[in-house]
Amino acid sequence: MTNDFASIKEADVMLVIGSNTTEAHPVIGSWIKENRQNGKKLIVCDPRKIELAKYADVYLRQRSGSDVALLNGLMHVIIAEGLYDKTFVEERTENFEALKTLVAAYNPERVSEITGIAPEDIVNAARLYAKGPNSAIFYTMGITQHTTGTDNVRSVANLAMLCGHLGRPGTGVNPLRGQNNVQGACDMGCLPNVLPGYAKVADPAVREKAKSLWGVELPLSPGKSLVKMLEAAGEGELKGLFVMGENPMVSDADTNHVRHALEALDFLVVQDIFLTETAQLADVVFPAACWAEKDGTFTNTMRAVQRVRKAVNAPGEARADWEILVSLARKCGADWNFSSASEIFDDLARFVPSYAGMSYTRLEQGAICWPCPNTEHPGTPILHSAKFARPNGKGFFSPCEWKAPHEWPDEEYPFLASTGRLLYHYHTRSMTGRSATEKFVDELHIEINPVDAEQLAIREGELLCVSSRRGEVRGKAKITEKVPPKMVFVPFHFGETPANALTAAAIDPTSETPAFKISAVRVQKG
Amino acid sequence: MQTIKAILDNREITARPGQTILQAARDNGLHIPALCDHPAITPFGACRVCLVEVEKNPKLLPACTTPLVEGMVIHSRSPKVQEARRAVVELILVRHPLDCFSCPSNGKCELQDIAYELGISESRFREETDVQKGEHRLEDANPFYVRDMDKCILCGRCVRACDELARYHAIDFQQRGVKTMVHPPIGKDLEHSDCVFCGQCVQLCPVGALYEKASVGQGRPWELKKVTTTCSYCGVGCELTISVNERTGRIANITTDYSSKSALNEGRCCVKGRFAWQFVHSDDRLTKPLIRENGSFREASWDEALGLVAYKFAQIKEHNGPDAMGFFSSARCTNEENYLFQRLAREVVGTHNVDHCAHL
Repeated sequence: MTNDFASIKEADVMLVIGSNTTEAHPVIGSWIKENRQNGKKLIVCDPRKIELAKYADVYLRQRSGSDVALLNGLMHVIIAEGLYDKTFVEERTENFEALKTLVAAYNPERVSEITGIAPEDIVNAARLYAKGPNSAIFYTMGITQHTTGTDNVRSVANLAMLCGHLGRPGTGVNPLRGQNNVQGACDMGCLPNVLPGYAKVADPAVREKAKSLWGVELPLSPGKSLVKMLEAAGEGELKGLFVMGENPMVSDADTNHVRHALEALDFLVVQDIFLTETAQLADVVFPAACWAEKDGTFTNTMRAVQRVRKAVNAPGEARADWEILVSLARKCGADWNFSSASEIFDDLARFVPSYAGMSYTRLEQGAICWPCPNTEHPGTPILHSAKFARPNGKGFFSPCEWKAPHEWPDEEYPFLASTGRLLYHYHTRSMTGRSATEKFVDELHIEINPVDAEQLAIREGELLCVSSRRGEVRGKAKITEKVPPKMVFVPFHFGETPANALTAAAIDPTSETPAFKISAVRVQKG
Repeated sequence: MQTIKAILDNREITARPGQTILQAARDNGLHIPALCDHPAITPFGACRVCLVEVEKNPKLLPACTTPLVEGMVIHSRSPKVQEARRAVVELILVRHPLDCFSCPSNGKCELQDIAYELGISESRFREETDVQKGEHRLEDANPFYVRDMDKCILCGRCVRACDELARYHAIDFQQRGVKTMVHPPIGKDLEHSDCVFCGQCVQLCPVGALYEKASVGQGRPWELKKVTTTCSYCGVGCELTISVNERTGRIANITTDYSSKSALNEGRCCVKGRFAWQFVHSDDRLTKPLIRENGSFREASWDEALGLVAYKFAQIKEHNGPDAMGFFSSARCTNEENYLFQRLAREVVGTHNVDHCAHL
């Protein structure tokens, strides 16, 4: 998020796109509802009629995969009606003319054809967002998990910059991170192309730092992404894989392809708290302590670094992940002498400039938002308030043309399937599946529109079989108008009936995010 | 900012304009007993336990809904107040079952605390036939919390928690007079209502009318150690309080702190953060390193397992180069662990083949 949580309550207009906030981020959902109930405006864009749609001043039910067209359509109206922030565009951005030229072709009528939204709703939403005075955008995987995910994100950023809704309380481009520490894992450089703090692996300055702090000369070219590593494993090029606290057998696209890749490895090490579907394929399994059994920090969706504290002992001989990593590095000959999480934090704060001012002592007083470059710095709850993170400090408009998705329903596979989360479960269910939540929701329910259910003569709770070109899943029908006709929604939490049997290994070419929100499928009585 | 000055129990207190007597008392570190009021929700004025005497006012006033006015002189412990307060509490005790021995809220029950404070062991007005015993069916169909409406004192904290914190309004007062009760819409049970089981009502319940199922028998409040931490589910990062029974070494419950200055979630949380913690003590947790041998796993020592992995890494590196190794890190693990993990890949093995499920 460019902004903090306090900003949610300061927004005059909230635009939620591709985020089922009340289920995936319930506390943020409660703030959005609170703000709406206090008289502020809410725009919701989602193919599914999610709970927030009930509260929306304008609800736009765009066709899946048409987000770029929708966002361009909003910008078309805003520019045509002169509602954009001319001062902000002039002083703080570049490449406006290119944006203007591109979105000129996205008049409401054309956008209506692509998105299925009435032209007047597009106009209303555009005016509402532009007028603010403070408007904030919230999005999640409904924006990113497409083959055009990067274009979707760029278009969201274009819209915010066009209206100058950035850098102030109540504004911002706010992706809500789905996992407790996905922000931190990125910040810490668990990405193939950047080192901790996001410096490119070829950047001479950071290479010098790695040399002085870690004592090694790093390879010059970036590594492979998760998707590419699995591909390389399948082709026999990648021989060994170390998986810490992940379950790609359930969470990644195209389950059959993942299994093949993992089985082709010479050596697979899995470090986890349970013998997950992935761990069952391992050659060596390390038993890890869970979150309640160790010290550390998580960085949340608003870039706030917060303490995690040990409450109970780990079972048996299980050890904290950091302890295992230290022991393994030592076995491999490295001279690592960390004896506490706090010492490791001090080490990473030396490497990562945006964490440089933080320490466990400071974090005792409460969360700190990065960037926090020195020990006197209070942290940065709101980004881009004076300039953007580019050499000249200006935001760059990246206009994007709408592109059709990688796959679309046809005669053979006439339905569209989207995967997603439920309130009661978390990811591959290795935690919620062993807790009270499992007793409440213990099996896959597939959402289907009443019109389709009637045509297929399917009753509530009857078994449905959904199949794509990759595979099939069976689950009980949940008949609901939440999904539009010819769309089914398949939660991805259930390893025994994996939604990712359906999904394609299609990815966004830039971010390599899998396109989980669109698969062409057939739906039958199961 | 403008401040208001007043006298409470012979001490000068200061307050912000608009604060109630009770809020001002709390901010000045003074205790006025109250049941229906809670700092996280709006004042309600239902229970009358917080009645105070304000000079020049003929009637006693509820501290929770009366705004503090410049120059007020307030008595929260005068004989007149104490007499009225006793009567109020004794009236609440007419219907409340006194099975404190086995009540899950024993030790944190605010009604118990007030009775103790006022020295009430029995209600003068109580007749056994008035006590709510089995009047309401125990509602325990969901796996998260139990509703024991026999214990309900109709303070309405749960109704406001649902309205103002969870923002659902799944429950409200139903029926009238002595039949008044808190319930989901008529004809619906909790499991088919708008309730999303965030359990904020459970935490705010001052008595034992709402209690967490999994916590029953896991330890009394006074034997629990509290540890403040950050939730491990979604990216909101709610601050949570884990209560641990040190005798058993097990988690007794997870709550939030509505008064915490550091909590970004302001005490709010969801069903997962509060109720989905039993996996920690699950019987099928991994407890020993495992090595695959002839197609199945056998237990191994740490030394052997670590040694084998280090050896295999070295072999692959030697025969196929460091880029034949891959590393999947975890968005579930801590910053410290992710930092070390990529150091292991880059520094120890020598490859940038490191990624995690950021996109999932």
